[in-house]
Amino acid sequence: MSQDLAYLKESASQTAGPYVHIGLAPGAAGFDIYRQELGHDITGPNAKGDRIRIEGRVIDGMGAPIKDVLLEVWQANANGYYAHPEGGGEVEDGFCGWGRIISDFDSGEWSFETVKPGKTQGRNVGTQAPHLNFWIVARGINIGLNTRMYFDDETEANASDPVLNLIEWAHRRATLIAQRSEEDGMSVYRFDIQLQGENETVFFDV
Amino acid sequence: MTQPGEFYQRNRSVHPTALTPDYKTSVARSPRYSMISLQNSVSEITGPRFGHGDIDAGDNDLLTNYAKADESPIGERIILHGRVLDENARPVPNTLVEIWQANAGGRYRHKKDTYLAPIDPNFGGCGRTLSDENGYFYFRTVKPGAYPWRNMVNNWRPAHIHVSVFGSGFVQRLITQCYFEGDPLIPICPIVQTIPDADAIDQLTAKLDLNATVPLDSIAYKFDIVLRGRRSTLFENRLEGN
Repeated sequence: MSQDLAYLKESASQTAGPYVHIGLAPGAAGFDIYRQELGHDITGPNAKGDRIRIEGRVIDGMGAPIKDVLLEVWQANANGYYAHPEGGGEVEDGFCGWGRIISDFDSGEWSFETVKPGKTQGRNVGTQAPHLNFWIVARGINIGLNTRMYFDDETEANASDPVLNLIEWAHRRATLIAQRSEEDGMSVYRFDIQLQGENETVFFDV
Repeated sequence: MTQPGEFYQRNRSVHPTALTPDYKTSVARSPRYSMISLQNSVSEITGPRFGHGDIDAGDNDLLTNYAKADESPIGERIILHGRVLDENARPVPNTLVEIWQANAGGRYRHKKDTYLAPIDPNFGGCGRTLSDENGYFYFRTVKPGAYPWRNMVNNWRPAHIHVSVFGSGFVQRLITQCYFEGDPLIPICPIVQTIPDADAIDQLTAKLDLNATVPLDSIAYKFDIVLRGRRSTLFENRLEGN
């Protein structure tokens, strides 16, 4: 026997279940209770940079869209700074960088508007390509899944991104890269997340 | 000189794996490939922050936050209280804690819930609060009822309250469920049993806390939440000890 290190253990995760909306998006569950729901406005009114829309679905191992999924997104501003004391620099007043998105109950489609993030500081040296950090919970998902979304019009930055380059199977990097199109003059990026099977999205143990 | 550094690696032995076939929905919703391990960068160490401007003072009182004036929900009145700590046993202050639950009869106020137990007109079923400078939080609510679900033919969820917590970095993000001491449904629930470690299940089971009850008013349960801990420093690209 030896001494006890006396660290506590992290509380175990449990699924968010099918009624996650009651707690985190009560309007979608069918009732109004709070003065304001959180996570609807990622950027605030003062954010600089390109306004973009991101849309997609989360698809299960049968190829069916998940209609009760909740995603959270965490991103830097256009200068590559996070709204946090250790975020690298100042952000615009009202810029939060965090959003909470739910899928449509009928189609499984979700979308949100934000600004395109800038390059962020790498872990030790260098820079990371522009990306959004995603966290995905739903019924049947026992512990939230972490992934990242990159942009297909950042070819050069993506090629030197330290995280994409960690993925040994180069063809799997493509699962993290959203496809740009244009709608009414606005850039729209399509990011379908495949939970399982062919073209399974890369998930990270962060 | 020390600075806060990266978070401790998540101890996956206390968490459910993705694929837990007795909880049937997990079968098609679990990745088959291994996760890619990622050392923390600024993207992982930082996370959203919330303040008192984001929520209202009464948001943590489920006895009143959806009830008509001078009415209250039917059920066992409880106080759910505890602290948000990290693995170093340090308090996590000013962090957002959100809860949701069924009413006393096990019915959720959700348009997709069709269970025949009735809605309580005075109960919404959600609450939120910020932990104080010592990591302490509390809610007032009614104890939720057990709830049947379509998994195996005759599965019932134990009484539970869903709990969502943030911490200071996005990789501390956690959703879990709080169970209640002595509930015989706990050991036979396929969702509880996705957790491989019996001690980790006990850690999700709130204990009756008679000292915190309000006599002749509400009974209390204590529920501490532990988030991932953080190393002390990352100094000149070299990890210092904690």
